[in-house]
Amino acid sequence: MSDHSINSLRRRKFLRIAGAASAGGALISCGGPKSPWRFLTIAEGETLAALCEQIIPTDQTPGASWAGVVNFIDRQLIGPYRRQRDAYRTGLAELNRIAVGLGVPSFADLDAPRQAALLQSLDGAPKRFFTTVIAHTMQGYYGDPRHGGNRDAISWRMLGVPVIPIRGRNRYEFPKRGA
Amino acid sequence: MALKHVNAVIVGAGAGGGVVAKELATAGLSVVLLERGQWYTAADCRKDDLRNQRTSPLGNNSGPDEDRNPRVAVDLNGNPRVVLPSEGGYSNNAACVGGGTFTYGAQAWRFHEKDFRMASTYGSPAGSTLADWPLSYADLEPYYEKAEYEIGVSGDVSADPFHAPRRKPLPMPPVPPNREYGILKAAAQKLGLHPFDLPMLRNSVPYNGRPPCMQCRWCVGFACEVNAKCGTQNTVIPTAIATGNCDLRINSMARQILTDARGRVTGVAYHDAENRLREQTADIVIVSSSAIESARLLLNSSSKLHPAGLGNHSDQVGRNLQGHSYSGAWGLFDFDTYDDIGPGASIAISDFNHGTPGLIGGAMLANEFIRLPYQFVGAAPPGTPAWGPAHKEFMRQWYRRSIAIQGPTQEIPIADSRVSLDPKIKDFWGLPVARLSGGKHPKTNETATAMTEKAEAWLKAAGAIRTWKKLPGKGTSGGQHQAGTCRMGSDPATSVTDPFCRVHHHDNLYVIDGSVHVTNGGFNPVLTIMAIAYRAAERIAQSRKGRGA
Repeated sequence: MSDHSINSLRRRKFLRIAGAASAGGALISCGGPKSPWRFLTIAEGETLAALCEQIIPTDQTPGASWAGVVNFIDRQLIGPYRRQRDAYRTGLAELNRIAVGLGVPSFADLDAPRQAALLQSLDGAPKRFFTTVIAHTMQGYYGDPRHGGNRDAISWRMLGVPVIPIRGRNRYEFPKRGA
Repeated sequence: MALKHVNAVIVGAGAGGGVVAKELATAGLSVVLLERGQWYTAADCRKDDLRNQRTSPLGNNSGPDEDRNPRVAVDLNGNPRVVLPSEGGYSNNAACVGGGTFTYGAQAWRFHEKDFRMASTYGSPAGSTLADWPLSYADLEPYYEKAEYEIGVSGDVSADPFHAPRRKPLPMPPVPPNREYGILKAAAQKLGLHPFDLPMLRNSVPYNGRPPCMQCRWCVGFACEVNAKCGTQNTVIPTAIATGNCDLRINSMARQILTDARGRVTGVAYHDAENRLREQTADIVIVSSSAIESARLLLNSSSKLHPAGLGNHSDQVGRNLQGHSYSGAWGLFDFDTYDDIGPGASIAISDFNHGTPGLIGGAMLANEFIRLPYQFVGAAPPGTPAWGPAHKEFMRQWYRRSIAIQGPTQEIPIADSRVSLDPKIKDFWGLPVARLSGGKHPKTNETATAMTEKAEAWLKAAGAIRTWKKLPGKGTSGGQHQAGTCRMGSDPATSVTDPFCRVHHHDNLYVIDGSVHVTNGGFNPVLTIMAIAYRAAERIAQSRKGRGA
């Protein structure tokens, strides 16, 4: 592997970490004018983080935002979800437009109860977009961490599913033929 | 360069095609087995809960290719939409060597005797095409046995008083039980039902040189990491190849069945891995591409003498598409039911397959396979919000304390549930894609509803503190159990093939897969597909005796 590709790997890893952190609101300024995400803009990432956190909120267990669901969705938007890029671009903008109508700069600026009320009241295309995001958020939170969400297998720990997903292999012995 | 002429070309290396390839190759015929997908092995097992053959939001793991193979699904209001293999309405089975048997849950059911004579047993309701099979259970029994022993089935159906007569027990004992098994067995007995150990095409002891099931949670939808599930890809297809008579060609997409100037079938045109168009001539052509793609290939093989497609002079090809109306229930318990021991599905009853007053047929009911966390997301009972704190709490509280029971309700076939060619949409190779349309007969929905009540009662008897029903949709089904689109029969006006799977009015064209099922039983259909394939292939091999290979 060349030095160049090692550097680019490190860079990708850094961007991933920076991205996950900015979704949590800690490193907003870090990304500068260029988004740390693969597809989303910084502002879209913030809106989506707030939206996902409404879908799976933090209680005694961390919610979707901490679990990296924005990272998951962003990653899938350059892969299996690529056909839904327009839906995200327009859907997130529409949520913010509705929020502006309520007197705040963006959806993420509403407090949690007002966010929930807004989502409850959706209709038409924004409601369809929200339904898509619900499915994607569930996939990111409850799905395998390999896809960029479910950080530290947090949902599997919450459910009580053994986290090392290879039960069987460790106690697997071939019985002797004819035994 | 022209390809060497062979005795038989088979399109599709799944449950049916794999069996036929082995039977013909061992009988000394030269065989080309075309498969549009890949040949995966146990080493390709990828335990990905979002990308597998059952749960595919990030794609499927055994084909077909997402970008090259669209279909059109027409909803109950008549609205068509383009669907991709990983989407719900696509009715995907698989596209790989082994076909659906590579990743299936591997339930290995024999149909009941009445499943072959549904019309004589119940009468044919108005609006349906319900008919008897042109063969009986007794005709198929030796071939069920052959499939069980050659491919390998474990389980114990001796406690099931409803099963049809059989000469031999299953070749392998059941896989050891999980926690749900004990809970549900006692409950079924309390209700006077007859629970027994699910038969599965799965090694429970070393068999055919492969090891037993390690009971992990990654079963239905996944390749088996230790090769303990028995599909055609690790049994009959390797046997066929070992004869030296079978040439398996993967990444080979059939385009058309070729006919000569007199309309006689001469071979298959297909696109190879480099998308070059090849022509494989053969004495016999066997279509084993599963119910949707087999019908599509026949319809796409039109010519001057066969303007509506091959085998379609009576407008029967593609009709009677059916799968199963999966019906069941969820139950919540105040104790842990989850023990992380796979495959999960372990105990069944066939008390309700037949004989419930007012119903036509019914379903075998069994507990479900181990579900992965994401699969539980949609399970929430009516009234639970789809998002927010309440949904999260539902997941936390009940994931380990719930049981699902369900079963494949037998569908009453209708002519309008069908595969046709879409007039507009083409696939990567420029071929018209399959268009799926129609719905279900009202009697199917009635039976499905009744089965959900039976499942709910079983869960309540097991101590469930809350239960709710899982009702199937009313649209056309298909999926991995797809069947019926080239039904067998004695009358060419109402069927596509004869009782030995030979297409009417052709002496060398066969359809050997679930397409020929007249009805699909209240059971998973794979063992029946295999048995029919053994029977049809035996007839083909016999008819060629003395003619040389």
